[in-house]
Amino acid sequence: MSNAERTQKIAFFFIFLAAFLIVVPVGLIVAIIIQKGLPAITWQFLTDVPRQGMRAGGIFPAIVGTVYLVIGAIIFALPIGVMAAIYLSEYARDNFLTRMIKLAIVNLAGVPSVVYGLFGLALFVVFFKFGASILSGSLTLGIMILPIIITTSREALESVPHSFREASCSLGASKWQTVRYIILPNSIAGILTGTILGIGRAAGETAPILFTVAAFYLPQLPQSIFDQAMALPYHLYVISTQVPNVDEKIRYGTALVLLALVLFMNLVAIIIRYKFRKQKKW
Amino acid sequence: MDNPKIQINNLDLWYGDFQALKGVNTRFREKVITAIIGPSGCGKSTLLRVFNRMNDLAEGVKTTGEVVIDGQNIIAKGTDLVTLRKKVGMVFQRPNPFPLSIYENIVFGPRIYGETNRMKLEEMVENSLKSVLLWEELKNKLRKPALSLSLEQKQRLCIARLLAVRPDILLMDEPCSSLDPQATTRIEELMRELKVNYTIVIVTHNMQQAARISDETGFMLLGELIELGRTEELFTKPRDKRTEDYITGRYG
Repeated sequence: MSNAERTQKIAFFFIFLAAFLIVVPVGLIVAIIIQKGLPAITWQFLTDVPRQGMRAGGIFPAIVGTVYLVIGAIIFALPIGVMAAIYLSEYARDNFLTRMIKLAIVNLAGVPSVVYGLFGLALFVVFFKFGASILSGSLTLGIMILPIIITTSREALESVPHSFREASCSLGASKWQTVRYIILPNSIAGILTGTILGIGRAAGETAPILFTVAAFYLPQLPQSIFDQAMALPYHLYVISTQVPNVDEKIRYGTALVLLALVLFMNLVAIIIRYKFRKQKKW
Repeated sequence: MDNPKIQINNLDLWYGDFQALKGVNTRFREKVITAIIGPSGCGKSTLLRVFNRMNDLAEGVKTTGEVVIDGQNIIAKGTDLVTLRKKVGMVFQRPNPFPLSIYENIVFGPRIYGETNRMKLEEMVENSLKSVLLWEELKNKLRKPALSLSLEQKQRLCIARLLAVRPDILLMDEPCSSLDPQATTRIEELMRELKVNYTIVIVTHNMQQAARISDETGFMLLGELIELGRTEELFTKPRDKRTEDYITGRYG
């Protein structure tokens, strides 16, 4: 074996190792959480309220809270995100203002989630006087996932071939008609994918809801958008660090439900994207 | 000249700092086929795209001069582009049907203009497909996706889609360049039939095609329209040395 070949083999081994290392933590996390959490998963665990100072019972209010928060975040972020994406990909000319908007989106994506939490506290909870509520939490999460929705929607819109735009425009369609009848229908799958990824992110974050909505413990389900709510990630934090002597099973069971929820969302996104790619003929 | 459908006076066009059209002065006659030939990058497609203002889609395009269609200067500010593009339709180099059914492709234009009567729409589909000689082939497949058609059928469908909005002028930007020779011959036949009712301007880099189908031919070079006249004359007795050099194959 020549020297160059040997060097090549060694290099190959290390770069392969680096790539393979990525699989290890994912596999381990999933394996450990399933192994330790699965015994806790019973019908009662999923549908009952926490009992005995959260050391027994179920996590139903936290699941419901997370679902409410995610729905609220999407109601807020989807229309704004898609409209912004349409503006940026179809209407915006390349000028200072457009560049500033794009820069803001990139920066929004890079803001640490705890900063969103503080921002939500200052703006929605205190300034708008929504209090710690589902509304405040949803809005905060909505702002956090806006960049995901805008970026993926923009990619989806821009992947529609230029020739469709030309054809539509040459037939006398206005820009809006082109967007409405040609571009949106052909990019809906991509937009949906981004939305689902956003849902996954919103469901899993703790910091943004910490100051804006999350309740330590609530004996009943929230009745309106101005109520506080329990949420899975925060509940997990609470029973792991704030409440002594919680059975390990319950902690890992909660983590498993949260993980399953997020992975399921991502799986749906992947399936939609896959189907869409198969359909696409241009 | 009799019936100029399009009259061009001192037309200049810039893409940023690059001048793509230089002082074009000419006219296009009604209900004939005018071909524009010239080497790649001479501005022939750009000129075509002035007539329906498709250049507006690109950024940094500046146009000066006059392009008068039916008495109206269409490059003036405030021109109603929807009306203009309804009147001046375009067929592109690559067939570009929408990823919809055959039927939906043809009714796209009429629907945009607010036609909702199903009977009328169906009539338009039939008439348009008959005009491009696709009706017999496709009348039982109207709900099939347009993307499943052959290239030639797609291009015919694109022409049908265009005819459904009842234009006056058809702009064709190398409409046969992605088709095989037989398909090209059939599309050329179609163009001869269409010129009875429409004014056709075709851009082609294929001189033989221009000679075969056009009544008038214009030769462009480096953004200038060197000459435009009757096709036979241009090919047999060109007035300009540069035209002669091009058609005898000295460059291009």
